Amino acid sequence: MGKTISEKIIGKHAGKEVKAGDIVVVDVDVVMAQDGTGPLAVDQIKNMGFKKVKNPDKSIFFIDHAAPSPRKELSNSHMVLRNFANKSGAKISDVGEGVCHQRLIEDYSCPGDIVIGADSHTCTSGALGAFATGMGSTDIAVGFAMAKTWLMVPETIKINLGGKLPKVVFAKDIIISLIGKITSDGATYKALEFGGPLLANLTMDDRFTISNMAVEAGAKTGIFPTDNITKDYLASQNRSDCFKEISTEEDADYKDIINMDCGKLEPMISAPHTVDNTIKISELEKVELNQVFIGTCTNGRLSDLKIAAEILKGKKVAKGVRLIVVPASKKIYTEAIKEGIITDLVESGAAVMAPGCGPCVGVHEGALGDGEVCLSTQNRNFKGRMGNPDSFIYLASPATAAWSAIKGYISDPREVL
Amino acid sequence: MEMSKKLAGKSFKFGDDISTDLIAPGRYFHLRSNLPELAKHVLEDADPEFAKKVKPGDFVVGGRNFGLGSSREHAPTIIKLAGVGAVLAKSFARIFYRNCINVGLPALKCDTDKIDEGDILEIDLKGGEIFNKDKNIKIKFNPLPEVMIKILSDGGLTGHIKKNEGFNL
Ligand code: SF4
Repeated sequence: MGKTISEKIIGKHAGKEVKAGDIVVVDVDVVMAQDGTGPLAVDQIKNMGFKKVKNPDKSIFFIDHAAPSPRKELSNSHMVLRNFANKSGAKISDVGEGVCHQRLIEDYSCPGDIVIGADSHTCTSGALGAFATGMGSTDIAVGFAMAKTWLMVPETIKINLGGKLPKVVFAKDIIISLIGKITSDGATYKALEFGGPLLANLTMDDRFTISNMAVEAGAKTGIFPTDNITKDYLASQNRSDCFKEISTEEDADYKDIINMDCGKLEPMISAPHTVDNTIKISELEKVELNQVFIGTCTNGRLSDLKIAAEILKGKKVAKGVRLIVVPASKKIYTEAIKEGIITDLVESGAAVMAPGCGPCVGVHEGALGDGEVCLSTQNRNFKGRMGNPDSFIYLASPATAAWSAIKGYISDPREVL
Repeated sequence: MEMSKKLAGKSFKFGDDISTDLIAPGRYFHLRSNLPELAKHVLEDADPEFAKKVKPGDFVVGGRNFGLGSSREHAPTIIKLAGVGAVLAKSFARIFYRNCINVGLPALKCDTDKIDEGDILEIDLKGGEIFNKDKNIKIKFNPLPEVMIKILSDGGLTGHIKKNEGFNL
């Protein structure tokens, strides 16, 4: 029997052969926390009596969830992180630099790595062929202090992506559709491993979107093999040296294999208040919108802003709708400025904010009013997520979001593209 | 945590898919550095009155996939700070479950259809059994995995690391 990608990576880091179900202590390559989970991790590092982090170059605190800070309590938390980073040698990614998961794939995560982060969407780095998973602050504190963690080797569900993707169907539609199928806990404790002929046509941006949302099915990670597309991406980030071949083995011991014909997909929506409450856009009744948000670690990348600008250029956001756009990182923001994307967006009526999480987690920059409805490109739509339990969040791709912003209600991007 | 301790209290029943956004809402992000204050809002978006009603020793009883969503350890921490003795659910989301052990909050997988709002429960952690006094029935729960018992009995993960000067699982 062959090994799953997760078994191979975990085995390497445990220094022995492992199989699903084994519990092992492993070395970790990258450890991170953000401004919501970092301060508690710092407390726990100190509680254990540590002053330094084990591997400073790959220990990072990201100030992204409440950046720039909207109030003094959060400013103080940010100070805790900056001070600790200063003293311990850990890195800090400060206001304006971007969302943690985007920053990790740009500068830190490598194929074959184990990446742990105090944020559930740490699985995003799985698209680079890393075993990447989210944990709580205490686990991450141990990771910072010792560059180790304990793991149960997960069983793997193989997702074979096949078919020819229709022109106006995107990675976001693939992953929303998959989560609808396997439900919000269909992959709990398990790894999702992506493969199949469609991979050759999926850009890194597509793969990041898919890996990012693996946790919405409960998965521990969402991992891709590496190929020339991975190689080119790393080269574009000046990190060619960290490329490694990570391959699937056909005879690996998968818990389950799901074959998905993506040729049959259409634009998808997750309706309130769970991600697995999915519906094809053609079957959705008219949903009027108050706010549209394009951004986040799921869909705030250059290709996302580009498609939004393509749709919005020369048009205006509907009266009564607010369009908020947040590039996922400074790199993306800079590039989008150079390419004229930001001008197109702003001229159409978008409010463009500093790179970071933006309104995704209900802290600032676009909290919803009572009864309001938002269409967002983020990854979750739980009740209260955007700051108000009496509001409604729908999820979709950037193309759907942009076209809907113009129309004023959730609309099918196939009408325009 | 003492595994031999017997827990007793009243049940507060919640549904499926209780997310960490419902337990520790993002709009209170600024209170994460003030956990006793944050605990006053525990589970607020699932039951706005919960924090006022809950008494030390009571139980939170959920359905499927309890604790899904974010990695915020603040979620189980404030459930514990509110005085809750244990969380019972048909299943737990992975990160939440792991966080419960790290903060010393028992998370027990069992058939919660046999428990209604307000039922008085007695729980024998070591024996793996819940006694529903109101219904006069016993409900079994899956014993915790061995590694988690080890971490719990060392007083959570930081206790385990301090005691063993590293991992000893
Ligand atoms: S963008 Fe949203 S989902 Fe992503 S890390 Fe930030 S708050 Fe979390």
